[in-house]
Amino acid sequence: MTRPQGTGELRSTISGVENEPLYSPENVEIDVERDLGRPGAFPFTRGVYESMYRGRLWTMRQFAGFGTAEETNERFRYLLEHGQTGLSTAFDMPTLMGYDSDHPRSLGEVGREGVAIDSLADMETLFEGIPLGEVSTSMTINGPAAMLLAFYACVGEEQGVPLGALRGTVQTDILKEYIAQKEWIFPPEPSMRLVVDMIEWCSRELPLMHPVSISGYHIREAGSTAAQELAFTLADGFAYVEACIARGLDVDSFAPRLSFFFNAHLDFFEEIAKYRAARRIWATRMRDTYGAKDPRSLLMRFHTQTAGVSLTAQQPEVNIVRTAVEALAAVLGGTQSLHTNSFDEALALPTENAVRLALRTQQVIAHETGVVNTADPLGGSYYLEHLTSELERQAHDYFDRIERLGGVIPAIEQNFQQREIAEASFRYQGEVERGERIVVGLNRYELAEEPPVEILRIDPALEAKQIERVRAVRERRDAGSVEAVLRRLEADAMSDANLMPAIMDAARAYATLGEMCDTLRRVWGTWRETPVF
Amino acid sequence: MERKIRVVVAKPGLDGHDRGAKIVARALRDAGMEVIYTGLHQTPEQIVETAIQEDADAVGISLLSGAHMTLVPRIMELLRESGAEDVLVVLGGTIPEDDAAELKRRGVAAVFGPGAPTTDIVDFLRGAVAA
Repeated sequence: MTRPQGTGELRSTISGVENEPLYSPENVEIDVERDLGRPGAFPFTRGVYESMYRGRLWTMRQFAGFGTAEETNERFRYLLEHGQTGLSTAFDMPTLMGYDSDHPRSLGEVGREGVAIDSLADMETLFEGIPLGEVSTSMTINGPAAMLLAFYACVGEEQGVPLGALRGTVQTDILKEYIAQKEWIFPPEPSMRLVVDMIEWCSRELPLMHPVSISGYHIREAGSTAAQELAFTLADGFAYVEACIARGLDVDSFAPRLSFFFNAHLDFFEEIAKYRAARRIWATRMRDTYGAKDPRSLLMRFHTQTAGVSLTAQQPEVNIVRTAVEALAAVLGGTQSLHTNSFDEALALPTENAVRLALRTQQVIAHETGVVNTADPLGGSYYLEHLTSELERQAHDYFDRIERLGGVIPAIEQNFQQREIAEASFRYQGEVERGERIVVGLNRYELAEEPPVEILRIDPALEAKQIERVRAVRERRDAGSVEAVLRRLEADAMSDANLMPAIMDAARAYATLGEMCDTLRRVWGTWRETPVF
Repeated sequence: MERKIRVVVAKPGLDGHDRGAKIVARALRDAGMEVIYTGLHQTPEQIVETAIQEDADAVGISLLSGAHMTLVPRIMELLRESGAEDVLVVLGGTIPEDDAAELKRRGVAAVFGPGAPTTDIVDFLRGAVAA
């Protein structure tokens, strides 16, 4: 390993890619036309749009959600008032796992890490006073993505907004749940069917919705390297494309609506290289392997969130600086939307002040730094182009290894991705503990006394309030129609039918999320991993 | 041969954040302890049952979901009810200071927050279990 003289500090990237002291033309074996092209042209290494941020800034989209739908609705309105341009919903753990708030497994978890949504009634409250025809909404939901999308579509219907006018993104990326985030419900095969059902249904009914956001963010947060984030995410993306093609869908009918979600970690150039490599790999594979003809099918558009895992609980104000650097990397890497973490998030969910500061960080980058004036301003840098090619090479290595294991799902079942991430995560922890990686305020420049920080407290009474809400919904709805829609859902799940129409009907009848998921659990069973460490 | 320290590393509730739990499990194993990792999404009942079945000296609970004030006291209570109150309970994750203090009053032996070196956790367990 390379170390600077006189210190024990590593000089490789944070992911362990070796760095030379200097890069020159001889380090970079690229053909400018073939490997870089121009922004907005194949292979899109330099960006998906010709004018990039001159044409339009990225969407500033702060992820928010806590307590019940009422508290989160207030936070949404606050963010819109302060210049945010898109909404992003964080759901609580019971919602992510498909349990109602009054389920025994939900005890103590309701509204803690996101907003609790049990039925259409909660979704109506969540978006009260927010015209769905005028905002784009992202929903971080995977196992029960289909149900939450249905709730959202029903709120649109109630507001008189045509389904075709609803814009946003549903995360829906179940593969990375098995790999990293670990909020799953069903086993991989039926989960994949549900994803394809959503993609197929959206391409017909909600053409402006991104039905899946193929996510590396959580893979990185689980401790992966940049190359693993890149490789496992793209491999998941290819798996979705292949599943849709196997369903008989034309690649150009759905590929333009696939979107991605990456992490922005601290190793500045490595991150920028990662985004550029991702675009090049995706465009090439979509064209050459899957035969996509529509140019929009080749475009990798992505959301970025700064790295929660890079934040420290020690001297948390320093996190403002980390987040700014990470956000700048995302912008220089050509992101389409961005969430900047708040400085207090290693301690708790963010306070309103901390969130505003995080949003202001993006606004400074957008309006004060000048980096938006030129597309891919770092393109052609010997170092950056070398790193871009190197990450691409490492990703292809991983694609080959996954292929040899039989594909993404067999690799997951053999714990391949999980083990690779655990190894990388443990290696990094060791580097920090040995002082080979300096983390300011944590293992260097520490304070003897940490000043107190004000944190957001979630009122424990909200759990009881939410339990009351879901019980009241069950009381006032028509029990007979709920039974009928759930029976239909069960029958459809046992057939080859697309499940979205049945889920929409169930949502309209105020069937709860837990009831719909329980119905499908009976048909499909649940997933349990054999953990490795 | 001296008996190895036996530790159950547990993830209660619906929280899927397992980076920390896995790092700690691995560090304890590398330090020569016998480690049983429960995996994710465990109920307090399952965790206590594992601790008793495995004859654990300590249970390391990892929680980043904000549910610690509900789930940790429940685990302590179940350990007591099962006559296993001698099992050391150690907590890790995003636990606000006030909550950490309160949980220690209720019998949690130590709380390790974000950034805690694994060597501190190893040293603590060696000292506390031997004592």
